[in-house]
Amino acid sequence: MTKEPQQSAQATRDITYAAAVREAMSEEMRRDPRVLLFGEDVGVYGGAFGVSVGMIEEFGPERVRDTPISEAAIVGMAAGAALTGLRPIAEIQFSDFLVLALDQLGNQAAKMRYMFGGKARVPMVVRAPEGSGTGAAAQHCQSQEAIYCHLPGLKVVVPSTPYDAKGLLKASIRDDNPVVFLEQKLLYRKSGPIPEQDYVVPLGKADIKRKGKDVTVVTWGRMVPMCLDVAAVLEKDGIQVEVVDPRTLVPLDRATIIESVCKTGRVVIVHEAVQTAGYGGEIAAVIADSDAFFHLDAPIRRVAGYDVPIPYNPKLEKAAVPTPERIERAVRDLLA
Amino acid sequence: MESAMRKLSPAPESAAALPREQLGRMYLQMLQTRAFEEKVAHFFSRGMIHGTTHLYIGEEATAIGAIAALEPDDLITSTHRGHGHTIAKGIDLNAMMAELFGRRDGSCKGKGGSMHIADLDKGNLGANGVVGGGLPIAIGAALSLQMTKSSQVVICFFGDGAMNEGTFHESVNLASVWKLPVIFVCENNQYGMSMSVKRSTNLDDLSERARAYGIPGKRVDGNDVLAVYEAVREAKAFARTGGPSLIVAQTYRFQGHSKSDANKYRTKEEIAAWRAKDPIPRFRKYLAENGAFSDAELVALEAQAKEQIEEAVRFATASPEPDLETLLTDVYAE
Repeated sequence: MTKEPQQSAQATRDITYAAAVREAMSEEMRRDPRVLLFGEDVGVYGGAFGVSVGMIEEFGPERVRDTPISEAAIVGMAAGAALTGLRPIAEIQFSDFLVLALDQLGNQAAKMRYMFGGKARVPMVVRAPEGSGTGAAAQHCQSQEAIYCHLPGLKVVVPSTPYDAKGLLKASIRDDNPVVFLEQKLLYRKSGPIPEQDYVVPLGKADIKRKGKDVTVVTWGRMVPMCLDVAAVLEKDGIQVEVVDPRTLVPLDRATIIESVCKTGRVVIVHEAVQTAGYGGEIAAVIADSDAFFHLDAPIRRVAGYDVPIPYNPKLEKAAVPTPERIERAVRDLLA
Repeated sequence: MESAMRKLSPAPESAAALPREQLGRMYLQMLQTRAFEEKVAHFFSRGMIHGTTHLYIGEEATAIGAIAALEPDDLITSTHRGHGHTIAKGIDLNAMMAELFGRRDGSCKGKGGSMHIADLDKGNLGANGVVGGGLPIAIGAALSLQMTKSSQVVICFFGDGAMNEGTFHESVNLASVWKLPVIFVCENNQYGMSMSVKRSTNLDDLSERARAYGIPGKRVDGNDVLAVYEAVREAKAFARTGGPSLIVAQTYRFQGHSKSDANKYRTKEEIAAWRAKDPIPRFRKYLAENGAFSDAELVALEAQAKEQIEEAVRFATASPEPDLETLLTDVYAE
C-alpha cells in the first residue's frame, strides 16, 4: 500500500475513522476561528454516529451548534455564512437527507461563484455519512455520490481510511469551494494509522492502495477495504490486483487511473452505489476516451449496487451491494 | 398579533424627519428603478435583452424604503424580481445594465443575468432564480454577523409565493431560535405568477404568520416608501438585540410576471386600481407638499434618473460580448 510521502517517514498512531474526522474538525477549529460545525444533534449528543463527541465541550455551543431538523436551512445557512466570511462545516445526519437540501447545495452554493462572475467564495463543507450495512433500509443506507458529481461547482470527497478521512477533511475545510464530504458509516469504527504530525491530503489526488500488474480495480469508500481483501485472496493464485482509490471524485485524478489501466490492460470499477448512472460509468468513459483504451485486453467491467432500494432484511441488504464474491468473479472473468 | 407588534421598539424619529438629501436620494432611486425597468422592457421586446425578465414596476417603494433604513455595510438577499433591491443597494447602473445585456462589463461578466445579479462589495448577496432560495442564505449571513459580533443586519427579501416554500418555515424558525439579526421582508405583490395570494393562503394578513415563530410581525403599505422605511428602521433596531422580525409589504406588480404573461388571471379594473396607488407619483406629491422640494428640483431628479439610465444603456451596448474563454472560468475558486 503506497502512502502519502509525508506519512512514510513519521511516527504513526492508530485511530478510528470517526476519530479521524473529529480530529480534522477540531484541529481546523483550533487553527482558524472562522471554522464552525452545525447540524442535527452534533452538540451534547455528539452526532448520530458519535463523530463530534466532546467537541461542544471544547469549542462551546456557539461553534458546535445543534440545529432544528431543517436540512435546507442547514445547507443554505452554510452557503450564506461562507459567502460572508465564515468557513462552516454542516453535518447532514444521513446523506439520504441531503436531497432535502439539494436546491441549496446544487442551485445555490455550487453556482454562486459562477453566477456572480467569479466574485464569490463559498468555503463550506457538507459532511454526511452514506452506505448500507446498518439495517436501516431504503432511506438511510444509500450511496448517492453521483448526484453531487453531476453539479458543477461542488467538489466530492469519499474517504476510505482514517488517514484519508483526516487529511482530506482538513483540505476540504481549507478549500474555498463547497465540498460534499461523504463519510462511510461502516468504516467509522475501523482503525488505521495516521501520522502524529499535522498533514493534509490534497483534493484531486488518487491513491494506489495496492500495487499490481494484472488487473486494475478502481474503487472508493467502503468498497476499498473489501477490494483489498479480495486482492489478497487473488494473490494466492498469483493474480496481482492494483487497487486505485480516487479519494475525490470531483476533481478526479484521471491520470492515475489511466496510467494504471495502461499498465494492466484490465479494469474493474467497483462502487456500492447503484449501477445505473453511477459514477462508475463516468470512470469507464474516462478510460475509454483515453489512451488506455488501446491497452485494454478485455472490456471494462463494473461491479456496483443493483438498481434497487436498499432492503431491510440483512441477507437481501448484503446482496444488494457488491460482495467479495462478485468482485472476485469479475476479476477472474477478465483474466479468463 | 397586537402583542407581537408591540414588541417592535418605538421609532425614535419619524420618517418625516429624514434629511432632505436622503429623501431626494430615495426618490431618485425609485425613478432609476422605474426607468431601468422600462428600458429593459423596451430592449427585451426588441430582442436585445434575452432570457426572461421580472419587472419591479409598481413595487419600487418597498425596496427603496427598506434599504434606505440600512447602513451601507448592511446586507441583503434579493429575488428573481430584484432590480429594485440591487439599485437601492447602490450598484453601478452601467455594470447592471451591461449584465442584462449579457456583456463582458456586466456586474457578473454576463454570466448571471437578471436573476443572478449580485454586488458583494455593496452587501448584495445576490438575486435568486429559485422562489424561497434566498432565505437560508440570508440566515447564514446573519449567523456570520452574530458570530463576529457585528452591528450589521441582513434584509431577506422574498415574495408572497416564497411564504409557502419550506425554506421560509425552516429559515424563519431557525433565525428566531438563534435570534439572528435578519429582517424578513415579504413583498406581497398579490400573485405568485398567476396564483393569487387569496387562493394560495388562507390568511388575510400574512404577517400573522410571524406569531407562529415567536417573532414580531407587521403589515405595511408597500407602496408608501416612508411607511416601509419606518417599519424596517424599527425592525433593524429590534434585530440587533431581539433578533428577526417579519414585515409584509402590500404591493403590486403593474406588469405581468414575466415575458410569457398575458395577464389572464387578473382584471383590468384590479390593475387600474393599483396603478392609481403608484408609489412614485405618491412620493412626489409628498415631497412637493412636505419635503421642501420645488417642482423644478423634482423635475431635475426625474431628468437625472432618465439620463443615468440612458448612459447605462450606452455603456451596456458599447460593452463587448464576453470572450468564449471565460465560459470555463469561475466555476471553482483556486
